[in-house]
Amino acid sequence: MEKNKYKDIVNRHTPKENVLYNTMIAFFTGGLMGVLGQLLIDAYTYYFSIPTSQASVFMIVTLIFVGCLLTCLGFFDKWVNFCKCGLIIPITGFAHAMMSAALEYRKEGLVTGIGANMFKLAGSVIIFGVVSAYVFGLLRLILFGC
Amino acid sequence: MTFKYNNVYINDTGTVTGPNEAKGPLSKYFDKSYQDFYFELPTWEQAESKMIQDCVDIVLNKVDRTKFDIDLFISGDLLNQISASNFAASSLNISYLGIYNACATSVEGLILASNMIEAKQIKNCITCASSHTNAAEKQFRYPVEYGGPKPKTTTFTTTGAASAYLSYNKKGIKVESATLGSVVDAEVKDAFHMGAVMAPAAAQTIYKHLLETKREADYYDLILTGDLGRYGKNILRECIQTEYGITLKNYDDTACMIFDLEKQPVYAGASGPACAPLVTYGYIFDLMKKKDLKRVLLVATGALHSQTTVNQKLTIPSIAHAISLEAIE
Repeated sequence: MEKNKYKDIVNRHTPKENVLYNTMIAFFTGGLMGVLGQLLIDAYTYYFSIPTSQASVFMIVTLIFVGCLLTCLGFFDKWVNFCKCGLIIPITGFAHAMMSAALEYRKEGLVTGIGANMFKLAGSVIIFGVVSAYVFGLLRLILFGC
Repeated sequence: MTFKYNNVYINDTGTVTGPNEAKGPLSKYFDKSYQDFYFELPTWEQAESKMIQDCVDIVLNKVDRTKFDIDLFISGDLLNQISASNFAASSLNISYLGIYNACATSVEGLILASNMIEAKQIKNCITCASSHTNAAEKQFRYPVEYGGPKPKTTTFTTTGAASAYLSYNKKGIKVESATLGSVVDAEVKDAFHMGAVMAPAAAQTIYKHLLETKREADYYDLILTGDLGRYGKNILRECIQTEYGITLKNYDDTACMIFDLEKQPVYAGASGPACAPLVTYGYIFDLMKKKDLKRVLLVATGALHSQTTVNQKLTIPSIAHAISLEAIE
């Protein structure tokens, strides 16, 4: 069968993903995550009397901990599956990716299992995060001189 | 390549499944179902191997034989180096052929066994195919606990193992003929759309089988494909109609039968080497023994998918093997 003819048949029988619905879910759940983060920052600055910059670090650590804990308890994957990018793009997605990989390979040893595979999904986030931070930092220095 | 058999019978079968299959519509047709994914073993890989051992024990019990009476054991699964089968074979300690054709493994095993029995090289044989959803997910996709969204065309790997005892004693289901398929590359690169990958292979094998046996599609009471899923099923119907002019009427797909597609979260349906034989040995054989079905063509389809080559942006080749099964008069 010709390649294009078969492609047509496949396309005709492949269901479309509901982009608008998915986007709205991600928009609202992602927004809720933002609100939650801000509430945490406010609470930390108020109760611990620390500056916002320190409180935001505390907030990140808290969300990472909760993301990891809920992943270990076995139901966070269903939340992520529902919220999609609403939970994947915030720091919870990073924690979830690391933790799920670590859980998956825990039976294969500390070094050859967890150590070697923990960054299987999240590794590229770190690599390209660092590279883009470097590139954009350099651009800012060249363009704006600060 | 089509073979005709005069004296090969599937005397009995053994089926073991995981928890999701036990919640599906065909649960009462399985011999044994586990309620978790570990079966009191430390890893999923060991659990898969245990399912193979269990279903072999079940079939040996049913035919009242011991492992020392068995001439050959043929088995395959989805793990790297088919290790679940290898470990099961090491505990059996009988002559062993390890095979791999992804989800077409079950029928590949049946054809190999049938050929050797027909040629009187062996008296009897046990064939087996297995898959474990978590072990397969770990190997081919993402960690099990990772909840990243998947497209609607994704299939859900079956957890289970199914074995068949074949011999030349006239009992059970007759293996009438079989067609070995060739590898087809439909140039699909989407590892989350296996129905589209495998449909052309299924179409070609059905066409070849009907051509070489000089039959019409209506000859069979049921043509059953392996695991194309609900979208792949429609792709096959249209593909075989436009390419070969064959209209499939009495047709179904095992991927759409083992789970409740509306209630269970399985996306496009089931997949895995265990899917086709679990449905066939459990449900279809029951219908054949009741004479509700007389002639069935089972076409197991396999996507010969490698994580490495998919990442290298290569296409996914696929294969399908067909076996014609008949109820004994």
